[in-house]
Amino acid sequence: MTNEPPPPHSKDKYGCWVEASETSHDVLVVGGGNAALCAAITARRAGASVLVLEGAPKFYRGGNTRHTRNMRCAHDAATETLSGPYSEAEFFDDLLRVTQGHTDEDLARFMISQSKEILNWIPEQGVRFQPSLGGTLSLGRTNSFFLGGGRSMLNALYLTAEKLGVDIRYDSEVTDFDIEDGMFLSATVKNGAGPEFIRAKALIAAAGGFEANIEWLKQYWGPPADNFLIRGTPYNRGTVLKMLIERGVQEIGDPTQCHAVAIDARAPKFDGGIITRLDCVVFGIVVNKKCERFYDEGEDIWPKRYAIWGRLVAAQPDQIAYIIFDARSLTLFMPSCFPPIAAQSIRELAGKLELDPDALEKTVATFNAAVRPGTFDDKILDDCRTEGISPPKSHWARRIETPPLYAYPVRPGITFTYLGTRVNRDARMLMKDGRPAANMFAAGEIMAGNVLGRGYAAGIGMTIGSVFGRIAGREAAKNVRN
Amino acid sequence: MSATESVHATGTLAEADRLMTICNSCRYCEGLCAVFPAMEMRRAFPDGDLNYLANLCHGCGACYYDCQFAPPHEFNVNVPRVLAKARADSYAAYTWPRAFAPMFARNGLAISLVAAACVAAFVLAFVGWQDPYVLFGINTGPGAFFKLMPHRAMVALFGAAFVYAIVAMAMEMLIFWRDIGEPMQTLTRSGPLLEAVRDTFRLRYLEGGKMGCFNEDERPTDRRRIYHHLTFYGFLLCFASTSAASLYHYLGREAPYAWYELPVLLGTVGGIGLLIGPAGLLSAKLRRDPDMLDKPRLGMDIAFIAMLFLTSLTGLALLVLRSGPAMGILLAVHLGFVFAFFITMPYGKFVHGLYRFAALIRYAKESRALHDPQVPVVAASAAVTGQGGSRP
Repeated sequence: MTNEPPPPHSKDKYGCWVEASETSHDVLVVGGGNAALCAAITARRAGASVLVLEGAPKFYRGGNTRHTRNMRCAHDAATETLSGPYSEAEFFDDLLRVTQGHTDEDLARFMISQSKEILNWIPEQGVRFQPSLGGTLSLGRTNSFFLGGGRSMLNALYLTAEKLGVDIRYDSEVTDFDIEDGMFLSATVKNGAGPEFIRAKALIAAAGGFEANIEWLKQYWGPPADNFLIRGTPYNRGTVLKMLIERGVQEIGDPTQCHAVAIDARAPKFDGGIITRLDCVVFGIVVNKKCERFYDEGEDIWPKRYAIWGRLVAAQPDQIAYIIFDARSLTLFMPSCFPPIAAQSIRELAGKLELDPDALEKTVATFNAAVRPGTFDDKILDDCRTEGISPPKSHWARRIETPPLYAYPVRPGITFTYLGTRVNRDARMLMKDGRPAANMFAAGEIMAGNVLGRGYAAGIGMTIGSVFGRIAGREAAKNVRN
Repeated sequence: MSATESVHATGTLAEADRLMTICNSCRYCEGLCAVFPAMEMRRAFPDGDLNYLANLCHGCGACYYDCQFAPPHEFNVNVPRVLAKARADSYAAYTWPRAFAPMFARNGLAISLVAAACVAAFVLAFVGWQDPYVLFGINTGPGAFFKLMPHRAMVALFGAAFVYAIVAMAMEMLIFWRDIGEPMQTLTRSGPLLEAVRDTFRLRYLEGGKMGCFNEDERPTDRRRIYHHLTFYGFLLCFASTSAASLYHYLGREAPYAWYELPVLLGTVGGIGLLIGPAGLLSAKLRRDPDMLDKPRLGMDIAFIAMLFLTSLTGLALLVLRSGPAMGILLAVHLGFVFAFFITMPYGKFVHGLYRFAALIRYAKESRALHDPQVPVVAASAAVTGQGGSRP
């Protein structure tokens, strides 16, 4: 606390003038996920005093990190937990493929080379890796899995940060920034007694995207966004991102885009996480509320297609669709948390789904009649397909006829958004005129769009967070010393 | 909820089914212990399987603090507490003979009453039958204890109690084995049996997958594994001490023995372990995060811990004060606790070890099948976007 300069004043909820309190640290980290903690730990180790402001309550700390499970790092040889090498070149090829070229090549290659060190650095912070096990064997070579998942990872990082003497505050949403010409001066935080002004010599923004901000999503998606389900916590509101852009930081990434998958429509509005996912589209047909099919369910293997279905369902009336399959497919996919809706006939199923029974029967009958004979094999692009219907089903097309018949209602589930702040190799934000900011850095989802302009590859969000978090922490501490 | 709605015997098992269905669609905890890999081998969870999983759970607490869906999340996933409740329910359900099942209803009270009755009976018997001069006199030298209670009477009484406990617990184990639906042949295979022995002696699953255990909060500072080792090995050493003493007796060397002789050495070291271990476990239990605790059954845990502690304490007191006038009464008290411990073994927390050991045998068998090298190979292209539980 200091009286120099005089503390600003504001009104409390009763309209009385209150003196705002004021604190000062070397480095202020806004956000509380993987990127924020990697930044805080690194800055603290470099000798800076660090304050972390997490907008969420303690249980919900960490934003999307609490729902993650692994990270993707390049490595030259197999390790105790990774089944084989994953070269920088291969990593870059994968990134290029999933982003369809929407990446800053220089920054991406730099991040990938830095990811190698992260593979050792993260365990040094108390996080444990384990080999991939049930359901994710395909990632055993490329991705390092956190023992106990993302929340366990967060617990370890927080514990390390606390031991190092990083100050951490929860329920501390930043409501305003004082930024002058690319120079961060202070942040305003909501606090029980009134606003609090937090000064720091450097700012690290690691507060995620705006996926939980329905109003903001509506700007691009219109009223349908009201029917979106948000897979992470309600605290990813993009407040920090918005304020930075408004105060002259250059933006990157398509603001209209978000990672959207089709998840169980019965999931809660927020934070349903991984357990609401459904991996059975390829085994059945998907109809909208008018009982019409609208896309080729068997176009390609599921891992390559799951991320388009959120958008497809978002384009349907009332943003709802139904995956319909029969008894033969029930155990071919990972279980999910809600049971499928079951019935002995299509008519009965339509009744339970509150769909028009005649229309559903007609759609299923038309589909069944179009199924050509083939040898079903869910491990390859098999030859089971339809003929003479539009849209077709190109693979794994089997007649839907063996009772019980099942259905899952699905809605778009939003994972993250792509809009972010532009940064350079030092994780330093760039201003709209292209100049680097004096003392502002960004890490994690808030700047992921620099590297990941489109699409997604499992575990890459965590790589971006750890790599740039560590760089931001190092550079911010350096900035403070100079 | 499972795909096929199943009916459960209790609300706790229905809740356990709900949780296992959620956990099975997440699987982030699969590296923490045996419960989650065992769960992944199933898609539906009938009562027998839930009882198996409940007894496989060591209560390390890691999955509670690692869970993104733990309370206050609306999914309210609290695996340690629900499995603790299911476990305690299962102890009552497997009681042999059935008539003693109510012992588990208020186990702390029941065990206390039995212990008090046994101690009182021994003290009264000693006082009633013994000449006060002998009871409160100084008795030293070989056969000093048996002046107070003839060796034969001791062997007959304690032998009978012990044999009864063994028979009852064998029956209980059999009932458990049937309930979880495991064939008897599994017990004849040496591989799973040896692995279960190793896992038991190491307490392999009381370490949160090597991250440590959690008891009070999200910090892995728990020491229950150490305290349990002290208790477990202390108990085994005390048992070895008694066995050695019997052997000595039949070789013609009567108790009490000098401090440097095997029965006393084993009993002293074991007895100290059996003081520190239970004390540590009790203090951990009292500090445990109330959210993870099966509060109504706290009495059962405390009664068991107290019985171990008091048995050891009275034994050590007897050792220290055996050459004084208090020896007679101390012997009566100690024998009372030992007797009470024996006859309540099948009706208290002691049985957790049996069912957990049996569950570990089954798990060892199952995990061998799971880790079969012939795992299905998934197309390499799947590595790009990720499968299963790997998305953000």
